[in-house]
Amino acid sequence: MAVETQVSSSEENGRPALDWQAIGRELFFTALVAFGLTFVLVGMQTADRGGELIIIPRFTDVVYAIVMLTLGRFGYIMLRYRRASFVLIASLAAFGLSFVLPFPSLFLETMCMVGGLLIALMAVVTLIRHRPGIDMRERDRAMDRAAARFQELSRFIGPILVVFAIILPFLPFMDRQYIDIATLLLMYIMLGWGLNIIVGLAGLLDLGYVAFYAIGAYSYALLAVSFDLSFWVCLPLAGVLAALGGYLLGFPVLRLRGDYFAIVTLGFGEIVRIILLNWYQFTGGPDGIGGIPRPSFFGIAEFLPASRDGITFAELFGIDFDPMHRLIFLYFLILALALLVNMVSLRLRKLPLGRAWEALREDDIASQSLGINRTNIKLAAFTISAAFGGFAGSFFATRQGFISPESFTFLESAIILAIVVLGGMGSQLGVVIATILLIGLPEVFRELEQYRMLAFGAGMVLIMLWRPRGLLAHRDPSILLHGRKGPGADRIEAEQKAAEATR
Amino acid sequence: MSALQKTPLLEVQHLTMRFGGLVAIDDVSFAANNREITAIIGPNGAGKTTLFNCLTGFYKPTVGCLKLTRDNEDYLLERMPGHDITKHARVARTFQNIRLFSRMTVLENLLVAQHNKLQRASAFTLAGLLGLPAYKHVEQSAVDLARFWLDRINLTARADFEAGNLPYGDQRRLEIARAMCTEPALLCLDEPAAGLNPRESAALNDLLLDIREEIGIGILLIEHDMSVVMRISDHVVVLDYGRKIADGEPEAVRNDPEVIKAYLGEEDTEELPDVIKQDVEAAAKEEN
Ligand SMILES: Nc1ncnc2c1ncn2[C@@H]1O[C@H](COP(=O)(O)OP(=O)(O)OP(=O)(O)O)[C@@H](O)[C@H]1O
Ligand SMILES: [Mg+2]
Repeated sequence: MAVETQVSSSEENGRPALDWQAIGRELFFTALVAFGLTFVLVGMQTADRGGELIIIPRFTDVVYAIVMLTLGRFGYIMLRYRRASFVLIASLAAFGLSFVLPFPSLFLETMCMVGGLLIALMAVVTLIRHRPGIDMRERDRAMDRAAARFQELSRFIGPILVVFAIILPFLPFMDRQYIDIATLLLMYIMLGWGLNIIVGLAGLLDLGYVAFYAIGAYSYALLAVSFDLSFWVCLPLAGVLAALGGYLLGFPVLRLRGDYFAIVTLGFGEIVRIILLNWYQFTGGPDGIGGIPRPSFFGIAEFLPASRDGITFAELFGIDFDPMHRLIFLYFLILALALLVNMVSLRLRKLPLGRAWEALREDDIASQSLGINRTNIKLAAFTISAAFGGFAGSFFATRQGFISPESFTFLESAIILAIVVLGGMGSQLGVVIATILLIGLPEVFRELEQYRMLAFGAGMVLIMLWRPRGLLAHRDPSILLHGRKGPGADRIEAEQKAAEATR
Repeated sequence: MSALQKTPLLEVQHLTMRFGGLVAIDDVSFAANNREITAIIGPNGAGKTTLFNCLTGFYKPTVGCLKLTRDNEDYLLERMPGHDITKHARVARTFQNIRLFSRMTVLENLLVAQHNKLQRASAFTLAGLLGLPAYKHVEQSAVDLARFWLDRINLTARADFEAGNLPYGDQRRLEIARAMCTEPALLCLDEPAAGLNPRESAALNDLLLDIREEIGIGILLIEHDMSVVMRISDHVVVLDYGRKIADGEPEAVRNDPEVIKAYLGEEDTEELPDVIKQDVEAAAKEEN
């Protein structure tokens, strides 16, 4: 606090002068606190020597920890004095050094890496924030206009992307791995679009979307395995069962608000997973369910080298058998499902139901005062969104052929939510872009192994700092009184100017 | 609306609202008519907004009966859930701190207000999803109604703007238009003139008088500006610390000694509005 006041009092060409005494004091206290915290926690290791508990001192670890924490604090202080470029270079150096230096433990090495990156990130943010001549508000507005222009283009980008997605499997470079990645991407896009209804349109933070995905997958697997029903019968049934799950969850939960709501949905996701894990007789518990039938070609032909009681896909079209046929069929299946979800959501947005969702997101009290039954509207969002999750789940089951509760952890919900939030809540194209960034890039950079999760996190933080409302946060009106006279970006610009003039 | 004469619309009987130990409204009874503007006035914290919240179902009254008569049918508001009050009894309201759907466009705000009508027409979304012409037709009529009110409040040119980007005065009028789009029988306005400049305020008065004359509904108006109250209201109810201290024609209320005492004990009520207005604005700022 003392430093803060000093900062504002003595400015020196835009940057505050360094007050070494205060810095020294702060660093000393940091070191002291670091010592207090690490002395016992890091400095002493208990070990079991022949039944006797002994303490092994690890003083080098303590020294490393204190030095790292103090240096980190120093970087942080320097950022407060806006010496951002210096801090950026130093922290990146620390990050680099973490690979070279002989750290006594992997934990410290990781801490050095993460800490270096984090401080570098903060430095970048400081640099951007304080770039002379750029006003944050002006920058935000310019960005909104850019997003609006992009959204405008999405009327063309959308169909182009669809055509591209259709010809994609026939491109020469597409091998098995790429088809798999493309299918995976489409699965997440579909889940993102499904969750977008709850989170993006209705504005409810659902942390347990994976529950519906799980219900869909298990419904399909159990129906198909125990009753020998075909995929084309099970798919709608799985959707209905997941929708029922959404409806049942919605009833008690939708009265809650904000954080409480989020926590209960999180709990619901976990409850579903734990039930699947423990109801051994029914779900197979941790062993999961295997031997889930693969989809046939619309019930006409099988994707098999030879079929005993039916005809195979290859025979039907008089071509040679190729295992790729099934993969490509699965790809088109998920593409069709995803496009269905997209079309329904786009349509819903222009209907009273969709507008009521958005109104609830904006202001639920005002919505109620206009005669909107909040519970019913939210229930509708939950039910529809859950059904889409269920469809995605049954596709997942049929594609994998094996499912277990492990596929439906909280991490999955978090990733789907990240896709929606990152893409810009409510933006369909945003979901596609975010999926490619979040799922596609890590898949492509699989060789980087554990660092890709680190990069994933850093990327998320960066984007959230850069565009807190999501990449494509611009909202396209669902109806226009005056039609599309000229591009929407111009309308936004006029609007922003008008708003500015009256302020 | 059958006749031009004033018919009873709302009857408030022995309304009491307690929050723990605090009695925000204490045994208040009054009546309001169709084709009349009933002003509710009183110092800060008198319980005016709380009265509106009881009427529109946001609070359940501790004691009392709120009866609305529309088309020869009685609705007991205190027994209805909030959304049904707007949907069936047709009470619409605005808020002291504007509550628009700020990231939706002006037109969309007015369409959300017609939600129930449109939802029924879209067969609860099914017909709408299929794009049936019956729904299109109703949607067009909803847009027409929105357009009617946009013309009324001079916002037609900005119909496709985000509501949150409008200037303050436009937002206030849009909120009234939005309430009118629910086709109400009773319109409750919570300080619609707060923060308006004199020109906007005069236009607002005309709008309210027009609504009273042409649409023929009843208006409950919370207003601090006494000159406005005197000019446009037909009937004034004065609250102070939750109790009703006066009720009657504007002239009579203005000279009521109890009312004068309640307003800071000053003799001259004409000077008060500004003081009170500042208070309100300060309070509103704090709330934001
Ligand atoms: N939800 C609530 N919980 C507790 N007390 C409340 C609640 N709502 C209102 N009150 C209290 O009831 C009293 C009346 O408040 P109300 O908002 O109705 O006053 P008002 O007449 O609208 O005043 P103003 O002119 O400032 O808008 C105040 O003392 C207020 O603090
Ligand atoms: Mg009030």
